[in-house]
Amino acid sequence: MSIAIIDYGVGNLRSVEKAFEATGCEASISSDESFLRRAERLVLPGVGAFAACMRALQERGFDRLVRERASAGTPVMGVCVGMQLLFEESEEFGATRGLGLLKGRVRKFEGDLVVPQVGWNRIHQKRPHALFEGIGNGAFCYFVHSFYCEPKDGGVVAGETEYGQRYASVVAQGNVCGVQFHPEKSQDVGLRMLKNFAGA
Amino acid sequence: MLAKRIIPCLDVDNGRVVKGIRFVSLTDAGDPVAQAKRYDLEGADELTFLDITASSDRRDIVAELVRRVADEVFIPFTVGGGLRSVEDIRAVLRSGADKITLNTAAVEDPDLISACAETFGSQCVVVAIDARRREQGGWEVYTHGGRHAVGWDAIEWAMRAESLGAGEILLTSMDCDGTRNGYDIELTRAVSTSVRIPVIASGGAGKVEHFFDALTAGGASAVLAASLFHFGELSIGEVKNYLRGRGLEVR
Repeated sequence: MSIAIIDYGVGNLRSVEKAFEATGCEASISSDESFLRRAERLVLPGVGAFAACMRALQERGFDRLVRERASAGTPVMGVCVGMQLLFEESEEFGATRGLGLLKGRVRKFEGDLVVPQVGWNRIHQKRPHALFEGIGNGAFCYFVHSFYCEPKDGGVVAGETEYGQRYASVVAQGNVCGVQFHPEKSQDVGLRMLKNFAGA
Repeated sequence: MLAKRIIPCLDVDNGRVVKGIRFVSLTDAGDPVAQAKRYDLEGADELTFLDITASSDRRDIVAELVRRVADEVFIPFTVGGGLRSVEDIRAVLRSGADKITLNTAAVEDPDLISACAETFGSQCVVVAIDARRREQGGWEVYTHGGRHAVGWDAIEWAMRAESLGAGEILLTSMDCDGTRNGYDIELTRAVSTSVRIPVIASGGAGKVEHFFDALTAGGASAVLAASLFHFGELSIGEVKNYLRGRGLEVR
């Protein structure tokens, strides 16, 4: 099983790689197009600003690559901003287009809330999904984000989290999935989810 | 609901823990990985390493420590102490730290906060503020480990740090630090109501009630403690059980 963690110059990917390793799965950080085209599964990380991440993907032509591989059926997992990139657009700094693999948009937390949301929050499972195999309902994961995804179709929501409101923290549609938290920083629960994604 | 965070702080010197928890069972209490793993088992929500290395090759020493911890511990951790430049910070983040704290360097050059936020994202920039109560009211900012008075108002500095791109504020009361008489609730509240980003209360924890007060009356999102956990007077589990009993969400 070859899992590629897409390296497009954004953030530190070492902990994602090490987390896969800790579950007994082999994953490689890569910016090599031919490897990314061959890998059996893709992990799309992301940190910081949506627009900057999108730009960095485009500069390397990885936006097209991810779209093509996703439509060819390759399992793709977006993590944190990587999950947000799966959607059509973000309202961060005006509107920025995303990959559009999932319908919906990315919105800023409004109201009387501490923003960013930083810390451990619960994942309420909305429906059974392979990602949740061996994970109890309401398990805690580690989040850091100021924006959240608002899918157009409620059917893609696999897990929800409460922060001022209920929002989608795990989405999945066919071979494409995304998690708003950092599985690589969410201890046993996060590691299990990575293992589930790897299908090991 | 977002859980309130309990964060133990470990002092490290030359890649070795000099003030961490005193676990009898640890064969090597100075090993940062062993310490981090034990705190993780105890239920720590994050870890903070305060580096006090005074050596010319400190950057390499710290990077090596960070790498070892990141390879084996899958909860977030922060590294602070002596980081002066974007390059220092890049080295620590590249090695696997999730966040860094800026204290003196941010006061001397506030633009360092925005440079880091733009380069690495606000989520990893924690601005640490050491504050001492003024006789005439309010709190003043100190740097260099509390040795230099800056003359700035702590609340205004927190607000400015937020506008420059800080993702969190680590707020230490110098008056309360080491007293075990409780966090400075008034200071914590004054800052947490003035900024929208999370505030981590630090300095003064002595018993379980103190954590509760900082997280409720103080409005803190997280609480940090060092010596209390270090000397084993309270375990993280005991603190969490107490908070849970009083109706707070903890992991």
